[in-house]
Order: sequence, then structure tokens, then C-alpha cells
Amino acid sequence: MSLIAFALAVLIVSSFACLYRIGMGPSAPDRIVAIDILGTLIVGFCAVLALATGKEFYVNVAIAWALLSFIGTLALAKYLEGRSFDE
Amino acid sequence: MNETIGSWLIVIGLLFDLMGTIGLVRLPDVYNRLQAATKCVTLGTCMILIGLLVRHGFDALGAKALLGAVFILLTSPVGAHAIARGAHRASVRLWEGSVTDAYLEDRQKEAMGESDAQAETTGTR
Repeated sequence: MSLIAFALAVLIVSSFACLYRIGMGPSAPDRIVAIDILGTLIVGFCAVLALATGKEFYVNVAIAWALLSFIGTLALAKYLEGRSFDE
Repeated sequence: MNETIGSWLIVIGLLFDLMGTIGLVRLPDVYNRLQAATKCVTLGTCMILIGLLVRHGFDALGAKALLGAVFILLTSPVGAHAIARGAHRASVRLWEGSVTDAYLEDRQKEAMGESDAQAETTGTR
């Protein structure tokens, strides 16, 4: 089994574990944690795809995804605290 | 040589990712899941990106991979801390086997200090 196939298989299994927690999470913070982790896993996906194809734009996608995932996590955490965005 | 080192870095990073998501599924409450998943997945994804840098060499792609690794390493703890604080303020309960809740003690102490300060100011008035 080549490295790329092994990497994609492990990342897909991890992503399904995150999706299980998003679906079954008993409280809202569980789902937010799982969404944050899924974003980080997708950055890993993009790195593996960049290694497999040698194309450069996958790494650009990874950096943009990390930025947007971070901002989304902060917004959801603010929502959990029950405050508005201009505080 | 570089290819072997990069491949091993990627494989170890993948195993860290897998352990982190197993912790996300198996552990009992939000805070345990948060610490297991965040630490393991952050380190795993950083190792995948560093492995990509080592395997591909230091050109534009490798430099961007290094930038992404540093960015994840800086922002992921901030996001995890914000989620934990928000969950505690949204009064999500700890697992019944937890032994201590230092943040709750701090918040109670802070609230008591505020009420004492209010009592003092009202007393002097």
C-alpha cells in the first residue's frame, strides 16, 4: 500500500469519527469541537493531495482553510458565551 | 534520505490524527474530548505539513507548507481555549469522575470579591 493511499484512508476514517461526534454530540460545544477538528483534518487532506499531485494551489487552499476555520471557531465560541460580536 | 524522513514524519502525523479523533469519540465529556483532540490533531497536522516540506524541498510550496504549520500551531490553542471558556460559561457540566474545577472556584472567588467590593462601596455611602 502506497503512502498516499494509507494517508487518505487514515484521514477519511478520522473524518468519519468527527462526523459521528458532530451528529451524536450531546451538547453544542461537542459539535463545535468536532467542527474545529474537522477543519484541521481538512488542512492535512490538502497537504496530502499537494504531495500526491505536486500542484501548488492545494497548499494555498490549506492556508485559507486554516484561517477561515480559526475565525469560525472564535465566532462559535463567542456565540456559546452568549455575547454579541461587538464586545 | 529526505524522502524517507518526510514519509516517516507524515506517517507519525497520521497516527497522531487517528489517536486524536479516537479520543474525540471515546472520552466522556467536552473538556476531555477538547484536550485530547486539539493537542493530537494540531501536532499531527503540523507534522504532515513539515513532512511535505521535507519531501518536496524548500521552494514556494514548501515555504507555504511551513507557513501553514506555524499558523496552525499558533491559532489552534487559541480556538480551543475560547471553546473551553465558552462551554464553561454556558454551564456544560463536567464528567462526574472529575476531581477538581479550578475555573469554577476562580469564578466564585471573583463573584464574591465583586459582591464584597459592592458591599464596601454601599457601606461607605
